[in-house]
Amino acid sequence: MNIVACVKQVPDTEALIKVKPDGSGIDEGGIKWVMNPYDEYGVEEALRLKEAKGGEVTIVSVGPARAMETIRTALAMGAEKGVHVSDPLLDNTDAYTTAAALAAVIKGLNPDIIFCGQRAIDDDSGQVGSILAAILGIPQVTIVTKLEMADGKIKAIKPIEGAQLVIESTLPCVITTQKGLNEPRYASLPGIMKAKKKPVDVKNAAALGIATEPKAKVAKMTPPPDRAPGKIIAGDDPAAKAAELVRLLREEAKVI
Amino acid sequence: MAKGVWMVAEQRDGALRKVSFEIASAARKLADELGDEVCAVVIGSGVEGLAPELGKYGVDKVYVADAPVFANYTTDAYAAAVAKVVKENDPAILLCAASVLGKDLSSRLAGTLATGLAADCTELKIADGKLIAVRPMYAGKCFGQVVTSSFPQMASLRPNVFPVKENAKAGAVVKFDAGVSDADVKAKTVEVQKDASGKMELTEADVIVSGGRGMKGPEGYAILEELAGLLRAAVGASRASVDAGWRPQSDQVGQTGKVVSPNLYIACGISGAIQHLAGMSSSKYIVAINKDAEAPIFAKADYGIVDDLFKVVPEVTKEVKKILS
Ligand SMILES: Cc1cc2nc3c(=O)[nH]c(=O)nc-3n(C[C@H](O)[C@H](O)[C@H](O)COP(=O)(O)OP(=O)(O)OC[C@H]3O[C@@H](n4cnc5c(N)ncnc54)[C@H](O)[C@@H]3O)c2cc1C
Ligand SMILES: Nc1ncnc2c1ncn2[C@@H]1O[C@H](COP(=O)(O)O)[C@@H](O)[C@H]1O
Repeated sequence: MNIVACVKQVPDTEALIKVKPDGSGIDEGGIKWVMNPYDEYGVEEALRLKEAKGGEVTIVSVGPARAMETIRTALAMGAEKGVHVSDPLLDNTDAYTTAAALAAVIKGLNPDIIFCGQRAIDDDSGQVGSILAAILGIPQVTIVTKLEMADGKIKAIKPIEGAQLVIESTLPCVITTQKGLNEPRYASLPGIMKAKKKPVDVKNAAALGIATEPKAKVAKMTPPPDRAPGKIIAGDDPAAKAAELVRLLREEAKVI
Repeated sequence: MAKGVWMVAEQRDGALRKVSFEIASAARKLADELGDEVCAVVIGSGVEGLAPELGKYGVDKVYVADAPVFANYTTDAYAAAVAKVVKENDPAILLCAASVLGKDLSSRLAGTLATGLAADCTELKIADGKLIAVRPMYAGKCFGQVVTSSFPQMASLRPNVFPVKENAKAGAVVKFDAGVSDADVKAKTVEVQKDASGKMELTEADVIVSGGRGMKGPEGYAILEELAGLLRAAVGASRASVDAGWRPQSDQVGQTGKVVSPNLYIACGISGAIQHLAGMSSSKYIVAINKDAEAPIFAKADYGIVDDLFKVVPEVTKEVKKILS
């Protein structure tokens, strides 16, 4: 089986995010970069499928030179090879253009199944998997917490508000991963050593023949609005403090 | 030229979901600024009767595709139907819900229509005739103003953020044939397993009472359930308590859980880790009950009580009972 896992390099969840004074983006200084946490579930699921059914896992990432580290991490977890789309024209581009770049790479890989995260924790957009599926003209099942494959089909569980859907899809398809799907493995030391020798193709936008003009641009970034400082309800008596809280919620905030 | 503000209404089990009225109200506001119409799309089976309700919130026309193939939501059928009617009418703006199904549908549509989508927006504005969609990024650590150069300019709206406003318009029904058949559906919904517990959905709740590691164990949540019952609130949890197996994954609030925007979020025994704040900092009012005065949650809280939650929460419940009686 040909299995593809898309991975994006993102700031660590603990990272302090500072907007540049001109609002053109974030200040990348001092940021620790990691694999998008949802992509860890994707890589893990890809590896489990390969281990169960045979085949090969290819990692694809669009990003600047540093994104190579994230590809190597996935290779160290056990994937066979990688494709790194690296082009300044694609730095901080939009979901559509990213998906177009991924599609151009993935078409040539003749995949049976493609994994993406349900969203990247930097842009929080949650679109690339679906757009990729749309461009490739294949079905998608998004935000999946359980996956089975049998008889050339997949069966997935997708939680929605107040219910879960059981979805069956033909292959190839795109799956986007949600927490709960699996417990991602750590890269082992031998894995890390082996990963250094695994092949990674580097491509630019021109080689892929894609348009690089984003359709949705972040025209400006701003820090979040300040929250007014809160009130700590003073006192020693829990009952008195609770009464004051309820009074404030009722009379001041008017929320209960 | 692309014209009109369009929206996709979300229905489930024969009723429109509240987020649909939020979107209609937001769409009306944009359309009034542009001097345009609001058109809604409703897809489903046996849903024609739902259309007039949208009129109440400012929708001029409702395009309805009503067929058995739409009985359960499927990306393939719903996206094909919306894409068809959108392509035929060329709207300037297309709004969807950033609910679980709305996210699936809107992102697929962005691909099919090859256009830009600003996802999970919390504010929409018009400047020079163009849509400016404001959305949290980096887990709410900053906001981006998104401008789309292609049409329709798509945005999905975070549930519970945009106010519902009545503003009666015709809500005239226009039926259309989406030309979708079962054979077009490659990813089929074969079963809908409803949550029979009658639990309120976190992303739609006006009030959330949430507990973390400070609850000490699954039994600890009983006091939160009681308070939540009185406040008609949903009960949430931190990742620490979900990972400990005290609460189901579906209760988790935060970066790898649900993003919620209730009017009131009461955090009990939650320290306020950055990944937890990512999921709840857009709540209108935040209350923190924590015995550690240094807990970061207090920096985000509108009201805080530094004390043992097992002493405070039952007293809060008593007080709420008093005012409700
Ligand atoms: C990639 C990644 C993603 C993550 N995603 C999420 C996420 O989606 N959601 C999430 O919540 N976390 C997430 N986390 C975890 C997060 O970093 C924290 O570990 C977690 O939020 C801590 O949960 P907590 O506040 O319940 O526990 P703790 O941090 O242990 O806090 C417990 C609090 O309870 C208080 N307390 C204890 N006993 C009492 C008492 N009797 N009365 C009053 N107060 C008491 C303590 O003072 C303390 O402040 C993520 C982490 C990573 C690395
Ligand atoms: N630059 C990228 N390179 C590779 N995969 C990506 C990239 N951007 C997004 N993805 C994939 O799409 C998922 C959703 O991202 P997003 O739509 O940006 O929230 C991520 O979890 C990745 O799996």
